[in-house]
Formats: sequence, structure tokens, C-alpha cells
Amino acid sequence: MTPIAITFLILAILVVWGGLVASTLYLRRSPELSSYPPGATDDHREDDAPIIRDT
Amino acid sequence: MTDVKNPSPSSGTKPREEWTGQVGFILAAIGSAVGLGNIWRFPGVAYENGGGAFLIPYLVALLTAGIPILFLDYAIGHRFRGSAPTAFRRLSGGKRWMEGLGWFQVAIAFVIGLYYTAVIAWALSYFVFSFDLRWGDDTAGFLTGEYLQVGDPGFSLEFVPGVLIPLAIVWLAAIVVLALGVARGLQRVNVIFLPLLVVAFSILVVRALFLDGAAEGLNALFTPDWAALGDPNVWIAAYSQIFFSLSIAFGIMITYASYRKRRSNLTGPGLVVAFANSSFEILAGIGVFATLGFFAFQQGIAVSELEGLTGVGLSFITFPAIVSQMPGGPIFGVLFFGSLVMAGFTSLISVLQVVSAAVQEKFGMTARGAAVGVGVVSAVLSVLLFSTTTGLLALDVADQWANNIGIVASAVLATILVIWILRRGPELRYHLNAVSTFKVGRIWVLLVGILAPVILGYMLIQRIITLVVEGYADLPSWYLGVVGWGTIAFIIVVAIVLPLFRWRQSPDDFTAWPPYPPPGDPTVSRRVGRKGMSS
Repeated sequence: MTPIAITFLILAILVVWGGLVASTLYLRRSPELSSYPPGATDDHREDDAPIIRDT
Repeated sequence: MTDVKNPSPSSGTKPREEWTGQVGFILAAIGSAVGLGNIWRFPGVAYENGGGAFLIPYLVALLTAGIPILFLDYAIGHRFRGSAPTAFRRLSGGKRWMEGLGWFQVAIAFVIGLYYTAVIAWALSYFVFSFDLRWGDDTAGFLTGEYLQVGDPGFSLEFVPGVLIPLAIVWLAAIVVLALGVARGLQRVNVIFLPLLVVAFSILVVRALFLDGAAEGLNALFTPDWAALGDPNVWIAAYSQIFFSLSIAFGIMITYASYRKRRSNLTGPGLVVAFANSSFEILAGIGVFATLGFFAFQQGIAVSELEGLTGVGLSFITFPAIVSQMPGGPIFGVLFFGSLVMAGFTSLISVLQVVSAAVQEKFGMTARGAAVGVGVVSAVLSVLLFSTTTGLLALDVADQWANNIGIVASAVLATILVIWILRRGPELRYHLNAVSTFKVGRIWVLLVGILAPVILGYMLIQRIITLVVEGYADLPSWYLGVVGWGTIAFIIVVAIVLPLFRWRQSPDDFTAWPPYPPPGDPTVSRRVGRKGMSS
């Protein structure tokens, strides 16, 4: 490969895959807000969601 | 303070289906975004539009249009907790014409679902053909002749069994997944297929990198052509690629976001989804061009002399020819077509869920009832239209019109109506920031409200003029009128007629959470009062 093509291959990988790594790390560090506006607390059914009762 | 429950708390509505958590949603959203276009469209588009230099307009388009419109879809679906017609209707305070915009998007998804299934069926056939390299030496002749048995433009009821059988299998699988529901069906398929896809495609890429001529292929893809950056069409190509690749503006992300619990981070996962989609495109670019480099090397020509570098031609003509010449070709073919099937299927179920969810909510059906109903009707139409000798032409034309006119028009309408006519930009921005870790500034409203409609509007007008003046693929104008413009007419009729039907249960009995303007925030309340944007 030519040096310029190698440079752009590495650049593409660094920027795009780097963006994926950075956004994933950011999400892992702060997956959810620590406080929300009041309300909507009864909507939390994360654990029993797979049991779908409408079928 | 309003204690907000799921839609219509007093009406005894069953709880809305949900993803099991953040990771489940992210995998499903990536599965939807990563589709056939990542593998067969991005590499060729990047190569033809500046090579390495394309990275610049591509990233600019990702950051200024792709991610902002993705956030817009998330905000609408999550705040108004419904499929596209429900969400747009609630957003507008119960206006029928906004429900019509939702049905416009549903109709696009319905049309795309009909032919997208056919392409996955072809990939499934070629997955099987890979084992004995059944396409022989003349891969173009095999595709249009022996396999698809393509006839003249028109409408034939002469079924091609080789397409009909895999098509029926794909529809059956899709209906089963949809009927199993959001968490047990859609999410589970993505949890299994997405890692498998990444592993299979990564093996393919590593293999491709060790082929003779691979370096020449990568040179062709990554050597920058700086002059291309001065060409407006290259920038339009970048915005198109990002726009079509991210599964935005036709209801998918609205529907998917509506299955997240209310207290859910939206923008953080959105960034992961957007960058994961682009990461797979870069991976596909490396794999496809390393392979094309090998093909050029085998033929003793330059990569620039190769033909069939995108779409159906790349996947079903060029790649089979390469597989035939490669040591260990059948394994490579199995990996490539297996990847196409998996990438396509995870996108297909998201497209079909848009229709299924909309029908379910409008007509008060169960999730399983709507999935089976929509699936069976779609399957019959899909088989009638795309498993016959005229299927390929119909598919090509319907795809051209549904994507380049349907989806782009949908995005232009949505951004203008939501941001300018209904002026809900600040409310949606507030919603994103109230639940998310990554905050969006006022620039987000500007990008969605000004940049997106300007660029997409230009793309739309340019494409309409081209299709009217030049036609498409040398096909007779009566055929383009019936299949191409007919597709658009169908979408518009659905958008006008469906809002006229009565809802089994009013979607308007709904309170958005968190309330806007937020109680106790005088600055926002004052601004809202002045501009008349209260919800």
C-alpha cells in the first residue's frame, strides 16, 4: 500500500472506530442520569419486560 | 405533579412492550442500522466520491445530519410513546394531518419490507449456492437468467421457484420473530445475529487482507482525491450515504425508541449506535475493496477498470465471480452471503415492526395479531410482486423511488413540520436533555430545522428532476409511471386515507413526561409562553 493510503486507512479507523470506543466508554461511565424529573416511576418494568401479556 | 403511566392509564391498556434494558435497545438499533447498504453501498460510494478524502464529508454529514436526525426520531418516539402515526399525532396535540405524516412513513416501511425480503431471499439462495459455486463462470448470466429468469418489463405471474421458496422462508421467519414481540423476538434475534455478523464479517475481512492484490484494492479506496471535495455532488453523496444508512426518518427509530422505559438515556446510546453503524461501514469498505483488489489482480487490470462495485451487481455478480477464483472460495462465499442475510434480516424486522406497531395501535390489535396480519398480507404481496420473472425490475424501480423520493420527502416534511410549523424543537431538546447523559445544545435544533431540510430538500428536488427528465435505467416511461411514481402515489394515498379511520382507542388520552415547560423553571416557561409552544 502507498503511504498516503495507509495514512487514510489508519485515520478512518482511528476516527470512526475511535468514536465507537469513546462513545461506548462514555456510556459505560455514565449509563443513566442520577436524577430525573419527578414522575414516570411506575414505568420501570425492566425486569419483567420479556413476559409479554398481550398475546 | 403528574404521575405518568403508560398510555391511557385509566383505560386498562396493557403495558407497552419494552426492551429488557439499554444494551438490548442498542443492539436492536445497531442491527436495524447495519443493513445491506453498509456492505454493498458504502464501499462503492466512498471509492467513487474521493476515496480517502470522502472521510471528511462523511464525518461532517454524520455529525451535522445523521446523529441530529437520529436524536430527533428518538425524542419523538420516546416522548410520545408510540409508532409513527401515534407519536406524530400526540406531538401535534391530536392533529390528523400529523398522523398522516406517520402513515406516510409507515407506507414507506411497508413498501420497503416487500422487496427487502426478496433481496434477503436471494442472499439466502446464494449462501446455499456458495457450497458448490453453482453460479459457474458467467455470474451475470446466472443471476438474470438461470436464477431470477428476468423477463421484459411488465407484470408476470410466472413464479420462479428458486426465489419463491427462500422468499417464503424469510417471510415465515420474519413473522415468527415479530409475533414473539419486542423483547423475545426482535431483541433476541439481534442479540444472536449481531455478534455473529461481526465475527463472520471480520473473518472475511482478515481473509481478504491476505489475498494477492488486496493492497491495490485498499489503495484505490483510501487514496484521497482532494479535488472531489470541491464537487457539491460528493457532499450530497456523503449526506445520502449517512442518511440512508442510519435507518432514520421513516419510523424505525421512532418505533424502537418508544419501547424504551421513560427513564432512559437516549443520546448516549444514540452516539454508540451511530458510530457502530459507521464502524461497520469502514470494516465493509476494507473487506470489499481488498477483495476487489484481488479480483483486479487476477484479471491483470486496475481496480478502476472493474465494473459492478455497488448494490446488486457487487453482491450477486462481482462477488460470486471472485469467490469462484479464490482458494477456499466456498467458505468465503458462505461468510459473505451469510453476513448479507444476517445484516439484512435484522434490518428487515425493524422495518416490519414500524408497520406492525402502527396497525396494532390504530386498530387496537394485540402485538401478535398485528404482526401476523401485517406479515401475511405483506408476504402475499411480496411473493406476487417479487418472486416472478418481473421481480428484479420491479424491485429496482420501487427501491429507487421509495428511498430517494419517499424517505427523503418524509425527512424534509418531518423536520419542517415539527421544527417550523409546530415549533416543538425546544420541547424535544428539553426531553433529550432531561433523560440523557449527553446534552444537546441549541445547535441541535438549528441542524435539524435548517441544515437537514435544506440539504435533503436539495437532494429531493435534484432526484425528482433527474427521474422526470432522464427516466431510470432505460426502462419504458409507462413502467416507471406505474411502479415508481405509483409507489409514491400509494404512499400518499395511505397518508391521506388511514388518518380517516377511527382509532379503537384514542391516542390523545396521553400526558407527555417530563412535563414541558418544566414546572418551576421560569426562564423556560417565559420563553414558551412568548412563543406559544406550550404542550
